[in-house]
Amino acid sequence: MSSHAIREPGGAGKRPRWLQHSDLALRGISLGYIGLFVALPIVALTTRACGGGLHRVWEEMTRPEALFSLRLTLMMAAAMMIINVLMGTLTAWVLVRYRFPAQSVVNALIDLPFAIPTVVTGLMLVVLYGPQSSIGTFLSAHGVEVIYAKPGIVLALLFVTSPFVVRAVQPVLMELDRDMEEAAATLGARRWTVFRKVILPSIFPAVLTGAALSFSRALGEFGSVVMVAGNIPMRTQVASVFIYGEVESDNPLGALGVSVILLAGSLIVLIALNLLQRLGRKRDE
Amino acid sequence: MSSVDTPSRGSESRVYALRPWVAAFARRIPRARGILIFAVVAWFAVLILLPIGTLVRGAWQEGLSASMEALGAPAARHAFSLTLGITVASVLINTVFGTILALVLARQRFCGKLLLEGIVDLPFSVSPVVAGVMFIVLFGSDGWLGRWFESGGIRIVFALPGMVLATIFVTLPFVTRQVVPVLRECGLEQEEAARTLGANAWQTFWQVTLPSIRWGLAYGVTLTVARALGEFGAVLVVSGSIIGKTQTATLHIHQEFTDFHYAGAFAASLVLAIASFCLLVFMELMKKRVEAGRT
Repeated sequence: MSSHAIREPGGAGKRPRWLQHSDLALRGISLGYIGLFVALPIVALTTRACGGGLHRVWEEMTRPEALFSLRLTLMMAAAMMIINVLMGTLTAWVLVRYRFPAQSVVNALIDLPFAIPTVVTGLMLVVLYGPQSSIGTFLSAHGVEVIYAKPGIVLALLFVTSPFVVRAVQPVLMELDRDMEEAAATLGARRWTVFRKVILPSIFPAVLTGAALSFSRALGEFGSVVMVAGNIPMRTQVASVFIYGEVESDNPLGALGVSVILLAGSLIVLIALNLLQRLGRKRDE
Repeated sequence: MSSVDTPSRGSESRVYALRPWVAAFARRIPRARGILIFAVVAWFAVLILLPIGTLVRGAWQEGLSASMEALGAPAARHAFSLTLGITVASVLINTVFGTILALVLARQRFCGKLLLEGIVDLPFSVSPVVAGVMFIVLFGSDGWLGRWFESGGIRIVFALPGMVLATIFVTLPFVTRQVVPVLRECGLEQEEAARTLGANAWQTFWQVTLPSIRWGLAYGVTLTVARALGEFGAVLVVSGSIIGKTQTATLHIHQEFTDFHYAGAFAASLVLAIASFCLLVFMELMKKRVEAGRT
């Protein structure tokens, strides 16, 4: 333990005296910064939700519209996650293992959804699949409604979260040792078996990381979904849109309950992810 | 020359000569690979390129003059300048304090540091709408701090300060997250050498630390700018979206869309999309610099 402390840069054991005063000042500034801009708002939200009469918040939270919005959010995020895991892993695989024309273009534009404002994403999807577009009319003639319906929500979530899985899996695939695969192939394993028994176990943690990040993001996504799905209670109203509606109609108590649940949901996902990564690192050592 | 070399494959080589890249492509890629590559490219095209193409075409169909007119309208101009102002303010604050925080996280050991590290990442996992609700609760007229500010005659919520606060919250982790790993990697030796040679803390920071973290810092700032320009949910909840007063560019797009003013929505969206595309190109360059600095 003590040897570890000494090896660490800036470890307490060998820190020169001149660092100490400015160190404390910087630490104070940092704590103030995080405290004021992050910790205080979160504490205020939770105490207000729990403080002013828990049963009233509970009543608001268990209204059918609120429960429906939470269930819809979970379902849509889960659907998005499944598609995202499949296509994201495949995209990472193709980008790392194969060479094809336009590859660098695809690789460079993977991050584009992170850069595009979510409102713009929503607008684009409405224009593309909406009732005025040719694709939209074609689809609704065949009984598939995209805009102001569930497929639109999944599509918007997919667009917004698509880089997560690709960017998590890509570096792991790049560093993967090919020897094991070649050994398995030499021993007569078929390609699919090699993928399932050799490659999948080593990229699985990365896939899980990407899936958790995209799920957590999807739980809270607002801009693209509110444009694409509208604000129809009991039909297309996801949790974040429900919260916005409650704020608009001046009912802060209704907003508070669902807000706390969303906050807790994404926190749980992140903590679970952190624990998993730590477990994985321990197993590697 | 090739006809002398390969007389027996005359007809084949003529096909290659016609479309060399097609033939080379087909030869190099077995069928299973071809299907997978096609699936990925098609998925990418439908999910991402098709919507962007539609936006460009939509703005084109509305016509250049209509688009320019919509962008020149006072509400639009005000919205864009407001977005710029908020972005500059939140980038400044997050860059200065984010760098300090990164220095503390990378160089100091104290109890509760792990908790602090966890809290720094929190804004990424909080829904923007929930972030907006937090600031309303805190700075609203009956909030802890809102009551205090209100008695001093300062409005935070439904006004500019609240929008800046919400944007700071949402973009807070970027700078710190990018700078911490760079700081950890470059170590303390150079700084200690500078100190031994008589530089004070300030000189050391400007002439030794800052140059070595500059690309990581630039990358973090670029991410912050991109997110601040496009922030919608948090700002919408906090601002109340008052036209010509608290409406940013993204809120303006939303307003134009709900009012069926598609020309205005398209034009403003295109401006934001082009800005974020430029930022993305910039980001790629930064990333290469950061990676080059590591090796």
